[in-house]
Amino acid sequence: MKFSFSEEQDEFRTALRRFLQAKSPTTEVRKQMQTDQGYDPGIWQQMCEELALASLHIPEECGGAGFGIADLAIACEEMGRALLCSPYFGSVVLAATAIREAGSDDQKRHFLPGFASGETIGALCAVEGRGGWAADSISMSAEKSGDAYQLTGTKSHVVDGMIASLLVVVARKPDGALGMFIVDASDNTVSRKSQNSMDPTRKLSTVSFAKTPAVLLAADNSNEAYERTLDIALACLASEMVGGAERLREDALEYVSMRMQFGRSIASFQVTKHKAADMLLDVELAKSAAYYAAAAIDDGDTDARGVVALAKAGASDAYIQTAVHAVQMHGGIGFTYDNDTHLWFKRAKASEVFLGDANQNRERMLQNWGDNS
Amino acid sequence: MTEITENELRSQVREYLEANWDPNRGLAEWREMLAESGWGMPHWPKDWLGRGLPLGMTAIVDEEFNKFGAVGAAKMGIRVLAAATILEHGTDLQKEKYLKGIMTGTETWCQLFSEPGSGSDLAGAATRADFKDGKWVINGQKVWTTSAHHADYALLLARTDWDAVKHKGLSYFILDMHQPAVQVHQLKQMNGHASFNQVFITDAVVEASMQVGELGEGWKIATTTLMHERRGADSARRYESGTDRPERIYEEERQEIATVMAPYTWYPQRTGRVDLLVERAKAMGVWDDPDIRQDIAKTLTIAKSAEWTARRARAASQAGKPQGPEGSIGKLAASIVARSANLTHTKIAGPNAMLTGDEDEAGGVVAEILVSTPAISIAGGTDEIQRNIISERILKMPKENRTDTDRPFRDVPRNQVG
Repeated sequence: MKFSFSEEQDEFRTALRRFLQAKSPTTEVRKQMQTDQGYDPGIWQQMCEELALASLHIPEECGGAGFGIADLAIACEEMGRALLCSPYFGSVVLAATAIREAGSDDQKRHFLPGFASGETIGALCAVEGRGGWAADSISMSAEKSGDAYQLTGTKSHVVDGMIASLLVVVARKPDGALGMFIVDASDNTVSRKSQNSMDPTRKLSTVSFAKTPAVLLAADNSNEAYERTLDIALACLASEMVGGAERLREDALEYVSMRMQFGRSIASFQVTKHKAADMLLDVELAKSAAYYAAAAIDDGDTDARGVVALAKAGASDAYIQTAVHAVQMHGGIGFTYDNDTHLWFKRAKASEVFLGDANQNRERMLQNWGDNS
Repeated sequence: MTEITENELRSQVREYLEANWDPNRGLAEWREMLAESGWGMPHWPKDWLGRGLPLGMTAIVDEEFNKFGAVGAAKMGIRVLAAATILEHGTDLQKEKYLKGIMTGTETWCQLFSEPGSGSDLAGAATRADFKDGKWVINGQKVWTTSAHHADYALLLARTDWDAVKHKGLSYFILDMHQPAVQVHQLKQMNGHASFNQVFITDAVVEASMQVGELGEGWKIATTTLMHERRGADSARRYESGTDRPERIYEEERQEIATVMAPYTWYPQRTGRVDLLVERAKAMGVWDDPDIRQDIAKTLTIAKSAEWTARRARAASQAGKPQGPEGSIGKLAASIVARSANLTHTKIAGPNAMLTGDEDEAGGVVAEILVSTPAISIAGGTDEIQRNIISERILKMPKENRTDTDRPFRDVPRNQVG
């Protein structure tokens, strides 16, 4: 369903939006973003137990709901809208997806039920230095010792790395191909350090390994498993971003509609109206691409990788543009800490480069474009 | 009328076509038969050359015609708008006089609404109609008139009351274009084509019986016409002959289409031709240029996103869901796509973007794109008007304060023309 949602999906969205309105107002966002762990374990438990949110795309035989990426993307869109502070993206979208894509049947049955129930919080360790998420930027190599592997080196920009109990680490196998490895985060050879993150609602950290024992996820084509993980994460991120962009757009519209200057509503000035129309256009186009991309993965489209990259590139541009307009429409108050606009502005700015910026994704798009033009 | 089922309708159409369709007939003769049988415009009333079929069922009739390879009634251009307006607001005399020529294609129509002094502000029309000796005398200037150079009749919006407020002083007429008082000149565009006309009207005469609707109701009736125009544009009808078969009637239909479409060969180019970007980049040897790849990807991103947004709007309407904002941004999106494609084509062409006509390696197509895309942000409602519509109707933002709706039209500041 690339152009519409089923009744069940609409109901799911409505229920989730209501839940998040109650549990993640900006007062709560501001409270959680100032904590070290960055989320409320009580709300996380409710999300997992009452709404089964962590189980959506995990296969049924692994304790999950067995839904598609389109459903996962709806959850991400609503969380992006509410700016929910939770390990959802880092654990469910990144780490669980990596295991789903790269694990053997036994490994999936072993690791994924904990993710589905929310008891396991995982993190994906991919980036090195300022190298980014692209496969060719990853050089850490895994040493083989007997049947096991050992990892040495440092990963950065790890989302929710500080609170994860299980790490999925992307590193080179002895044959040079990418592999994804499971590491117990509590191993005494693992050291973690929080990074000062511009977007305080998404916690980042570095994770260092020193001859750390690691288990290889057994996928035959582990390069492709990593790319597939990226595809799914990019589609979810694009959805999360359009959810945030829409919220910014709506809040800015509400603000200009009540603000009076020069004896009239500033929403009656064409210069404001035209900006609002452009914001609607930007957000709607980005939404269409995000919806299409998630469905393309579920449909197994051969050009899915290209359209997912398109959706992330579109969302990158649309989200930050909307955030810039939203601050401007608020005027001076939009630049204050007390006004909520900056919370989304920072998420927009950080998301602009998360999993590759617009330029990198446009290149990824063209390399996987096929005959789509 | 008793409800007819889809299957009954299909078999009725087939029965009629089996008995009557003959591709060796002339186009005019066949359409006369369609007028008599009601199958040419089946949604028109039974008394007026139709069969009173609900509009939603005409697609079924069209499908059966297509399956049969049968040619339908004339539906291209302003004629459809003329028919809709006359059927809704016209007198029996007007219906009697015009409907048949419209559907058989023997008479051609144009629409005299826009003026040099009133484009986006259509209700500011200043062409005047004065009642003298039992007839209307028309003076003024119209512009952007498609087909005026071969039109027999025109739908005319003219001002009959200068003391009334703007929207209340207009009336609607049918003008006979074949009078020396009506002078038609082609309007040459910046891309060299001339798809439209300017029409100069000096003491032209309209019989009193050719006023449509009540005096002062012109704006209301024009709105009907424009609504039909928008509906036609939405359905994105393609004017192409369905066949290259040699029989007489197909040949005549192809000639008809070619005549109507001749001024619009550049229309695809005003969209920016996103479909040509990758092909042109490969042909010019710049497909590997990282800067150009970024521009191509940017243009493709907004073009595909706009296409998918239109599909979302269609899916919502098919599912009977209320139309969301995705249905109202298509025109503005098309402008942005065209502008982006223009910039990208320019970079792909490099120095050759300075050349035109035969010098252009794509046979003139690229050069034509580069000077045609400005049209898309103006024609059919400028981007600025689109943004007003989006902000006022979708986002419910307040209207700009106006100074032209609370006083007699003669006191409203307006352009000096001529």
